[in-house]
Amino acid sequence: MSFLLELGIKVILMLAVVLTAALVTIYAELKAGSHMQTRIGPYYAGGKWGWAQPLADGAKFIQKEDLAPAKADRTVFGFAPYVVMMSTLAVFAVIPMGPDIVATNLDLGVYFILAISSLSVLGVLMAGWSSANKYSLIGGLRAAAQLIAYELPLVLAVVAVVVQAGTMSMNGIVEAQQATLFTIGGVEVALPYILSGQIIGFTIFMIAAVAELSRIPFDMPIAESELTMGYLTEYSGIRFTMFFLGEYASLVALSAIATTLYLGGYAVPFLPESMENFAGPGIFLIKVSFLVFLIIWIRWTWPRLREDQLQSMAWRWLIPLALFNIALISVFKVVL
Amino acid sequence: MTSKELMHRSEVAVSVELETPDMTLNIGPQHPSTHGVLRLIAKVDGERITEVEPVIGYMHRGYEKLSEVRTYLQITALVNRIDWVSGFANEVPFILGVEKLMGVEAPERAQWIRLILSELFRISSHLVFMSSYPLELGATTPLMYVLREREHILELIEGVTGGRFHPNFNRVGGIKPNYGGGKQTKTQSMDLPAGFFKATLKAMDSIDQICDDIDTLVTGNELIRARTVDVGVIPADKAIEYGMSGPNLRASGVAYDLRKVENYLPYDQLDFDVISRPGGDCYDRYIVRLLEIRESAKIVRQAIDMIPVGPLQAKVPRVLKVPSGQVYSRAENPKGEFGYYIVSEGGKMPYRLKIRSTSFSNLTILPWILKGQLIPDLVAIMGSLDFVLGDVDR
Repeated sequence: MSFLLELGIKVILMLAVVLTAALVTIYAELKAGSHMQTRIGPYYAGGKWGWAQPLADGAKFIQKEDLAPAKADRTVFGFAPYVVMMSTLAVFAVIPMGPDIVATNLDLGVYFILAISSLSVLGVLMAGWSSANKYSLIGGLRAAAQLIAYELPLVLAVVAVVVQAGTMSMNGIVEAQQATLFTIGGVEVALPYILSGQIIGFTIFMIAAVAELSRIPFDMPIAESELTMGYLTEYSGIRFTMFFLGEYASLVALSAIATTLYLGGYAVPFLPESMENFAGPGIFLIKVSFLVFLIIWIRWTWPRLREDQLQSMAWRWLIPLALFNIALISVFKVVL
Repeated sequence: MTSKELMHRSEVAVSVELETPDMTLNIGPQHPSTHGVLRLIAKVDGERITEVEPVIGYMHRGYEKLSEVRTYLQITALVNRIDWVSGFANEVPFILGVEKLMGVEAPERAQWIRLILSELFRISSHLVFMSSYPLELGATTPLMYVLREREHILELIEGVTGGRFHPNFNRVGGIKPNYGGGKQTKTQSMDLPAGFFKATLKAMDSIDQICDDIDTLVTGNELIRARTVDVGVIPADKAIEYGMSGPNLRASGVAYDLRKVENYLPYDQLDFDVISRPGGDCYDRYIVRLLEIRESAKIVRQAIDMIPVGPLQAKVPRVLKVPSGQVYSRAENPKGEFGYYIVSEGGKMPYRLKIRSTSFSNLTILPWILKGQLIPDLVAIMGSLDFVLGDVDR
């Protein structure tokens, strides 16, 4: 198979999987949020349970006029959604759904993920700046400050995983979580990292992930009661759809990363290795949807913090805690 | 160019570069958290507000002027629409003022029904606050639960008056009789629909329940506390100075309630507390309203026990002509002191009607309190003042 053909197939499969996952997540948010609010939510679209509502919304958005403010920097304005979208999609290239079901098994997979996912802040800042709207500008700047503040605890939490696993490859990290920890009565027990020392790291990662996603309680960049829609204020039509899809795709992406790093990825204890390519994707998706639901649940329960409170939480609590976590894991690694 | 000139030029360039003028941010009139069409011209330095100038009048409907060409009966329909979440409470002081000018007094039963409806509207208005305030802080869920319970109250009001928002139920010397209600007994009468008392008691239980729910969902929430405690502190002297009233004043530690102070409706026969809190911050304003819902439920329960049987309407002439004179009549609206200054020169219409609306007086503190606050706090503070734009602009 030629390289280009393989690449093309991979890209198309990847897009299909990611966009489907994003649409399903949007539907899950609509439905789960509704039920948490004693509503029914989408009901008619698609004939049953309103399953086609995200598609209908998308079709509606595409029909809308693609407006740009008169004073906007049109090039930057038009380009921003694609930067956000790209940085999200690229993350999936290295996430393994089975020992062999992975687009590219990079040796520096973790490094790649951290590098590429922090590009999204660039798109957000571009959107905020080019909109020629004061609310957008404040939203964009808030997003930049927030994403930089939360990138650090996120990276530091991941560093602890890398230390424990001894590799930066995503496949390698999953395999490291299948290594035998101890044996009870001749049964070899392997535990995912969340159960073997990384509970602090997992908590920090999830908090930082919610902040990276700009979702409640950290949705100050959008904060509709303060900044109307923040950096999204001036976007409409297909560009808004890109942002919207990108947001949910990155929700799935961060959940997928957390699954791989902390929940053992495609593997579960006591599953024979020969089954992993077959059952892996299913197991992986179940774990991801659990985390996605957790983040949705948080959104419909809590109010939002203030920008300065968020910063003080990141710098005064999460970063020292993450550093402590690295030290702890390193000590265990050396001693055990 | 000499080196001195070059230095000068570079200094100029630097100073130009470092100049960061304050940004003028126009908040409103169309903005999600201005409760309608309030406009704030804010000068912001980053996120910090250095100066704010409220611009009102986008919803001015000229009710004071309109009242000069309306009969007293027609005016009750107008004043309903001033503070639209507590319509009935706006009618009460007006009708009491007219009665005072005419020298008639409504029969006791009518007074008690007025009292019950006023308290129901107080609960309804405070529930609107309970739903919208967390929403402004970013919590979307309390809205749904609280508005669901408010529906019980609106159904009760609709059952009695026929309207959910604008009852237009008061008449000079009584209330609007509801024919076909059967004979005049404690449980069945011409004024209240059958089963009203039972339904009300049931609704009061559900109100207590939703207060408990709000407590667990909102009051105890760490993030809500982080956003509201010690934010927007209004000391008691400032609150009095700016003419604030109602829950906003009581949250600043001044236990001043017209239901106790002013002698109107049979409030003096009831046993209830004036809720006040010493802090004066957003959290206290929230807590005062929450506790007042429980107090109002208590009042309604007592009133249902004590309501007498009797006629609904005092004797008034068929064509209402109010003798000339002046009166200022006020009552405790859910949002604070609501007053009417009625000038009559005899005849069917008032010569002049001055409306002292609550939200307008409560809003006057905005430029003082918002100075030096952050934009997110602006939303928290404005929400905690609980104003309605119809009440500001009239």
